[in-house]
Order: sequence, then C-alpha cells, then structure tokens
Amino acid sequence: MSNDIKDIEERVKKIIVDMLGVQPEDVVPEASFVDDLGADSLDTVELVMALEEEFETDIPDEEAEKINTVKAAIDYITEHQN
Amino acid sequence: MQLRRVVVTGLGMLSPVGGNLEESWKNLLAGKSGISKIEHFDTTDYTVKIAGLVKNFDPEQWGIARKDERKMDTFIQYGIAAGIMAINDSGLEITEKNADRIGTMIGSGIGGLTLIEKNINGLAARGPHGISPFFVPSTIINMVSGQLSIMKGLRGPNLSTVTACATGTHAIGLSARLVAFGDADVMICGGAEKASTPMGIGGFAAMKALSHRNDDPEAASRPWDKDRDGFVLGDGSGVLVLEEYEHAKARGAKIYAELVGFGMSGDAYHMTATPETGEGAARSILHALKDANVKPEQVNYINAHGTSTHVGDLSELRAAKSIFGDAPKNCCMSSTKSMTGHLLGAAGAIEAVITVMSVKDQICPPTINLQNPEDEVGDFNLVPNVAQKHDIEYALSNNFGFGGTNGSLLFKRVD
Repeated sequence: MSNDIKDIEERVKKIIVDMLGVQPEDVVPEASFVDDLGADSLDTVELVMALEEEFETDIPDEEAEKINTVKAAIDYITEHQN
Repeated sequence: MQLRRVVVTGLGMLSPVGGNLEESWKNLLAGKSGISKIEHFDTTDYTVKIAGLVKNFDPEQWGIARKDERKMDTFIQYGIAAGIMAINDSGLEITEKNADRIGTMIGSGIGGLTLIEKNINGLAARGPHGISPFFVPSTIINMVSGQLSIMKGLRGPNLSTVTACATGTHAIGLSARLVAFGDADVMICGGAEKASTPMGIGGFAAMKALSHRNDDPEAASRPWDKDRDGFVLGDGSGVLVLEEYEHAKARGAKIYAELVGFGMSGDAYHMTATPETGEGAARSILHALKDANVKPEQVNYINAHGTSTHVGDLSELRAAKSIFGDAPKNCCMSSTKSMTGHLLGAAGAIEAVITVMSVKDQICPPTINLQNPEDEVGDFNLVPNVAQKHDIEYALSNNFGFGGTNGSLLFKRVD
C-alpha cells in the first residue's frame, strides 16, 4: 500500500513538473499551484486534465476546483484509485 | 493629410529552405528546393506525401519556454521566431517610452490546425472533458500578434489579417498604412503558417490542388512549366519591421528598402479559381503602382504569386503581360514558391522579405524546375533555374487568395 502511494506521489509530481515547467524540488506538498508554482487559472484546469489522463479517471468540476495544491492532488488521486 | 514614409528596417524568415534569413536567402539564390517527404505523420492513405517543412525548429531558441509550447500551435511558434529575428535584426529597442507606438500585425491563412485536430480527437475520445482550456487561445489566428506583443511588450496596434494566401501581403500593406497614417511608428508584420497536417494536406488534396509528384519532391513545384500538376504546401513564417522614415533615421537604423506602394483588389468571380484573364490580379498591381506614382517600365523585378497550378500561373502571366508588356526589357519575374512551396498565409510575408532582399542585393532569385515553359511565356523573363543580377530600383510582390482576394506590394531601393 505505501508503495502505491509513493508511486502516485511520483507520478503526480512529474506531471506538475512537466506541465508547469517548475523544478522538482519546488513541488512540495504544501505548494499552491497558483501562488507558489506560477500557474494561472487555465494551467490548473489543464493540470487536472493531465491527472485524469494519467490515472484514467474523471474528476468532476466541483472536485477539480478544490485541487489547488500538490497535496490536494495527491490526496484526491490516492482516495479515488480503485 | 500628409502621409508619412515607410521603410523596412528588420527582416525575419523561417522557411523550408532555411532556419533563418541568411540561410534561406543563400539557398534561394542557389536555386535549392526545400520540398521533402512528410515524415511527421503517416501518409500511407494520402495521395500527397510531400511538403515544404521547417527543419530542426527549436522554440526555446526564440524565448518560448518548454511549458508554454503546448499553449501555442506550431504556426504561432513559427511566427514568434520570425518576429524575434526581425526585431533583433532591426536593432530596435522597445522601451517604456516607445512601446505604445510599436504594434504588430501577423496573420495566418488557416491557423492552428495541429491543435484543432488534437482537441477534436480529445472530444471524440473523452467528450467535452477532453478539450484543453488552451484550445481556443492556442489555435486562433491573432495569437501570433498577441503572444509576440506579450513577449516583447508591444503596446501599439495588435491585430491580424486573414485573407487566405494573400494574408501576409495584406498584413504588410495594411501595417504600412498604419505607420503612414500615424497610428504607430513601427509595425512588426507578416504571416505564419503550419498547415502540413493531416487535415491541411488532406483538405487541399481533396480539392485536387496539390502536386502528386511524391517520388521527386524537389521537382514538384514548377511554376509555368508544362509538367506542373499543382502546388506544394509549405510551412514557415516571414516578418518585417516597418518603420516611419524619420524614426528610423533618428535612431540610425539600417534601411533595407522603402515600401512605396500597396494595392488590393477583389475578383468577384469564384471561390478558389482566378479569372483566366488575370483581370483581378492586374487591378491589384495597377493600384500598387498608382499608390506609388510609379510607371510599369520602372519596375525591374516581380516576385510572383506563381503557385504551380494550371490556371493560376497563366492568369498571373497574362496580368503581368497586360501591364508590363509581352517581353519587358528591364523587368523579370520569378516564383520562389518553386523552392519554398506555397506557405499560404505566410507566403506574402516570406516573399516580401525575399523581394526586399532582391532590392537590397540587386539580384533576382530563380524560378526552378522551369524546363519546359508554357508556350504563352514567350520571351517574358521568368528567371529560369539560375539567379540573375539585375539593376533593381522598384520590385513588386504579388499574392492572391481564395475568395478572390489580391494584394501587391511595391518596394523601392534606398540609396
């Protein structure tokens, strides 16, 4: 189980690094996409799309709006896998 | 109202014959073709498998961050590259003081086909949820101007033209008007295109407009040659820095040429074909001459629309003959599309760059693949296969687009 979570964390971080063009060391759990990682509103929508694609899931809009930090993204995916 | 003089102070070009102006110009004068096999998608089911492609393009070289690449269709990236080249070439510094007086007008014939296709595939696979939030701003045509204005802080007029294959010509002509009328002191203008995609190639092929010479790509674009069988699609971008004359003088800018005339006309004839008489093209050319108060016999070089289609090449030849005579002594005409292919909305822009270079270097690039000219060519000098040195005081660049839209630019040597 902990290996699975580790794996999810790595994949989520990689997507964030790729999509936002940030350094891996800046992608810490409490980092906010907009305030800390330089994303704008369109970036965050696209980031959620990339997560959906990577983890083959559909994230409803009202849930997507709450995914504003690295931790929120990892938590959402972890909770909704399987 | 006293109109202001407009000069060319910067050039940028990204084309199938070169990744910058210097390389493109060298290859054009050497008569090299930039047409090759398409390898970026599977062309097995396509009747057309060739195009003029931009090689080894690196967006980062032109200041486009990796993370921003997917927010801009390739045509936008091409336009930014040529725009940055032109601005750098002009030596113009954009400052807090002059930024409001510097604008941009870079158009495209078709826009962001690559990302339109990608998002339609996303829609088909995942429904509306599969559409990127960047779909619209990454594909619409005025985003070359939009993105360049953001990158370089250009706060003057920010717009674009969309007139099919006359787009680049019109963007430059109308930009000159903005400078002449005083709406801006400098305009960064031209066109950008990347239509060599499945929909682009498939769409023009469905019209039977493209050459099928897949086994000999470099010989496929052959304007005025009897064996021509359609045009070859090309990708790339051309951008000019147009500047008010006194403004350019005051900052000691190098001046390539003066833009002295601009003409436009409509065929009012057919969706895609030109009238066989070349009547609409002729009116466009005559308007450019009249605008500059120049007589036909003063024009020494014409960079033709010359796409390598059956009807279009002959109608343009007829237009030229009706104005310049059957065998003008001091004037020649060539089609550089024989080497670059047809860049649609960017054609008029790269060809304006080429025409300016002709005026500056006093040389006419050739029409390659011209082995068996149409009988009607007669003694009209089409610069067959080898570049020709010429005394060029005035040079004309023509482009004509679907919808029967025509444009002509007239450049003058600056001594």
